[in-house]
Amino acid sequence: MTDVPTTTKADWTSDQEVRWCPGCGDYSILTAVQMLMPELNVRREDTVFVSGIGCAARFPYYMNTYGMHGIHGRAPALATGLAMARPELHVWVVGGDGDMLSIGGNHLLHALRRNVNLNILLFNNQIYGLTKGQYSPTSEIGKVTKSTPAGSIDEPFNPVSVAIGAEASFVARTHDMDRQHMMDMFRRAHDFPGASFVEVFQNCNVFNDGAFGAITKKDKRASMLIPLEHGQPIRFGENDEKGVVINPQGSAEVVNVADVGESALLVHDETRQDPSLAFALSRLSAGPFEPTPIGVYRAVERSEYAGEASKQLALAQEQSGPGDLEALLHSRPTWEVS
Amino acid sequence: MTDTVPRTVGTRELNRLVVRFAGDSGDGMQLTGDRFTSASALFGNDLATLPEFPAEIRAPQGTLAGVSAFQVQVSDHNITTPGDAPSVLVAMNPAALRKELAHLEMGGTVIVNQDAFVERNLVKAGYDSDPLEDGSLDNYTLFKVPMTTITKEVCKDLGVKPRDAERSKNFFALGLLSWLYSRPAQPTLDWISAKFKRQQLIADANTAAFKAGMAFGDTAELFDFTYEVKPAALAPGTYTNVNGNTALSWGLVAASQQAKVPLFLGSYPITPASDILHELSQRKNFGVRTLQAEDEIAAVCAALGASFGGHLGITTTSGPGIALKGETIGLAVSLELPLLVINIQRGGPSTGLPTKTESADLMQAMYGRHGESPVPIVAAYSPSQCFFAAIEAARIALKYRTPVILLSDGYLANGSEPWLLPDVSTLPDLTVEFATGPNHTQDDGTEVFWPYLRDPETKARPWAVPGTPGLTHRIGGIEKEDGTGNINYEADNHGYMVKLREERVAHIANDIPPTMLDGDTDDADLLVLGWGSTWGAITSAVMRARAEGRKVAHAHVTHLNPLPRDLGDIVRRFPKVLVPEMNLGQFCRIIRAEFLVDAQSVCKVEGIPFTAAELHSHINGVLDD
Repeated sequence: MTDVPTTTKADWTSDQEVRWCPGCGDYSILTAVQMLMPELNVRREDTVFVSGIGCAARFPYYMNTYGMHGIHGRAPALATGLAMARPELHVWVVGGDGDMLSIGGNHLLHALRRNVNLNILLFNNQIYGLTKGQYSPTSEIGKVTKSTPAGSIDEPFNPVSVAIGAEASFVARTHDMDRQHMMDMFRRAHDFPGASFVEVFQNCNVFNDGAFGAITKKDKRASMLIPLEHGQPIRFGENDEKGVVINPQGSAEVVNVADVGESALLVHDETRQDPSLAFALSRLSAGPFEPTPIGVYRAVERSEYAGEASKQLALAQEQSGPGDLEALLHSRPTWEVS
Repeated sequence: MTDTVPRTVGTRELNRLVVRFAGDSGDGMQLTGDRFTSASALFGNDLATLPEFPAEIRAPQGTLAGVSAFQVQVSDHNITTPGDAPSVLVAMNPAALRKELAHLEMGGTVIVNQDAFVERNLVKAGYDSDPLEDGSLDNYTLFKVPMTTITKEVCKDLGVKPRDAERSKNFFALGLLSWLYSRPAQPTLDWISAKFKRQQLIADANTAAFKAGMAFGDTAELFDFTYEVKPAALAPGTYTNVNGNTALSWGLVAASQQAKVPLFLGSYPITPASDILHELSQRKNFGVRTLQAEDEIAAVCAALGASFGGHLGITTTSGPGIALKGETIGLAVSLELPLLVINIQRGGPSTGLPTKTESADLMQAMYGRHGESPVPIVAAYSPSQCFFAAIEAARIALKYRTPVILLSDGYLANGSEPWLLPDVSTLPDLTVEFATGPNHTQDDGTEVFWPYLRDPETKARPWAVPGTPGLTHRIGGIEKEDGTGNINYEADNHGYMVKLREERVAHIANDIPPTMLDGDTDDADLLVLGWGSTWGAITSAVMRARAEGRKVAHAHVTHLNPLPRDLGDIVRRFPKVLVPEMNLGQFCRIIRAEFLVDAQSVCKVEGIPFTAAELHSHINGVLDD
């Protein structure tokens, strides 16, 4: 891959005017992706962004790569076909919480389960933006919106829990206020051979402003974001005074390190086959008002779908030779009429 | 039986024979019919089949709901239908007799498994008295054969469990019919040993039962004659017996080969289309990729994603699946990418009649999307012709960069006929040119790629696949500007693009074959105008009417959108136009709307195809009106 030309952010930026609302968190995510791309040592023409419908789904138009803006919820399915047809491509899927967890929830589950080599970025703003402010499948109970004047009564999804439950191999979480952390997570997603799922906490400053402010504001991060680092005890707080343990009931729990001692803390292992600890971590926070883990929850390599499909094709050709149409038509009993 | 002295039985020649095998879902009637068909095909008869089976895998045993039937017509001449009324009914139990007797021609032959006619089964079938004894079959020629008893007897010493032995009774029936109608035994014996090579006991039981059936016919002194249907004088060449789904699958493989574009199938299992997924999933050495998707929508989306990646994206389904795929087909209309959407139609609405045939999805194919969303439509008209229909649909999709809907139906899908195998060197060249470089020079002299800059002849946009340097571009379902493909919401632009997409599809009429027209093409008093699987029944009915001196022509339409350019002249040329359809007159409505002719509709929506006799009677009715 040494012959990949050097590029800059400008090379990855399309000539289309960006049409998100001023102040939207999507801008910072776009910048993070455009800044990361030159560092990935990939060609623009080998990179494809696929999306569904929603504010986030406009993303492909702004990337100077191949791109497809599809229909609502179906981006993981469109991308699965593309990735199977062309396993050598780098395929990114971008969508919001409505797109990927509501109308397209089924496709997200199956793309993760199959482990298709896709980098799936879910911009979670806990609201419907493009349809102007209805509650979403990640909105908190009691959310008052145009469609829920008395407050929503729906239990929200926790996207990381959903992904882990769907057999995802790579699951991470980041937020739109920390470009470097986003770039690190997106890079890890790109490097991972299989379906990579990254939830991005994203602020919708028009319909759900400040939804994540309690944990992502600069002065809150140290006490409210729990960085997950592979091989390290899980600690956070202004002075690293807090930590995470697994309690006797098997749940993750925030503790004072002074109370339990450092050796009692959970040492994060993103490569652990069994997903139950990663799942426990995903349940640590009931919403963006409690200390919430960010980083890579899980990165466990297993067979990648498109590659396995290609292997079956190669094996069939090895065993039966390349397809012969004449032979196929004569493959069942035949008879001659003269 | 073995001690019975062989006797001499005379042989009578038949021009044609229609046999209907009927039994419980678990009795193996489809298999029995299929083997009888295969042996007849290898013998050189022309034939056509009509499998009919319940939607339930195992409906309650012995009930009318559980009856599975297989009808086959074999002949010494060219035929196009599985026959109007069977002359022979094989009934493996009382329910099969009760349900199927009405199909049998008066005076026909009934061969029953006498062992199944016990009190319990008679009650289940709703008989008050035993029809074998009460005289209700006096108008038929009845043969009572203790098939279960004899089958168990001959399997006794093979070491087969009694239950497995009993399950071989369908091979006894097959053996008896093979003897009675002089079918060659060897193809069946070969098939048994190949099929059950890993289950030797079952192979032995089936072989023993089959041979016992043949021996029974020869020795039981029930039958005075055997019958023979000589090979048909078909066009010279190599034949195979093929059903519509297999022919269609092979057509897709052929299209991929002829286009040198890999085939990608996204599909979700649905009756009666699943066999295409099964067949294509075995064609990996042709570079065929298949995805059994999580749902119908994912199936078509994956196919469209693969098309974006430079493959021939295909999805196969039936009507309910098309309903779910509508939005994605609309996306493909907007993206202007090749996509093949195959609908093996079945009875609707909703779940309807999953295993029964109907052709009532024409309007869905024409208009089943929001907005002005034109899609070319190709319809197959016989089981073997599904091969060519698939190639033609793929040709249009690839050449014109458009989704194409290919219509088949349950009757074509499962029905089989002899197929004169084509010389593969005569198949059309579908080679595709992918975009390789910039196609537009900007005012400042920069060379750029415009994804919606069109070929002046085909009006198709370039197919620029990811991975090609210099051609990075974005496409989407939002309205776009022609040429650049940039998002454009302007009113004038939308009007222009809507008309452009309509014209793009209409324009394909310049590149499709003329309407198939047969019969009294110059001076007919009536034109019978059909599409799809009614072809066989219309062909036979028109032949019968013409044999009576009637002046009738038959036009059959394979391209339903756009319609062939000559169709307007054809429908206006004849005093009367009759349109038989397996729906409530959908194509007839299109013909009336397009051409302002007083076409009359004749409809059948009963889950079974028209018989030639029915259409013959309609033809005479219209002519005498």
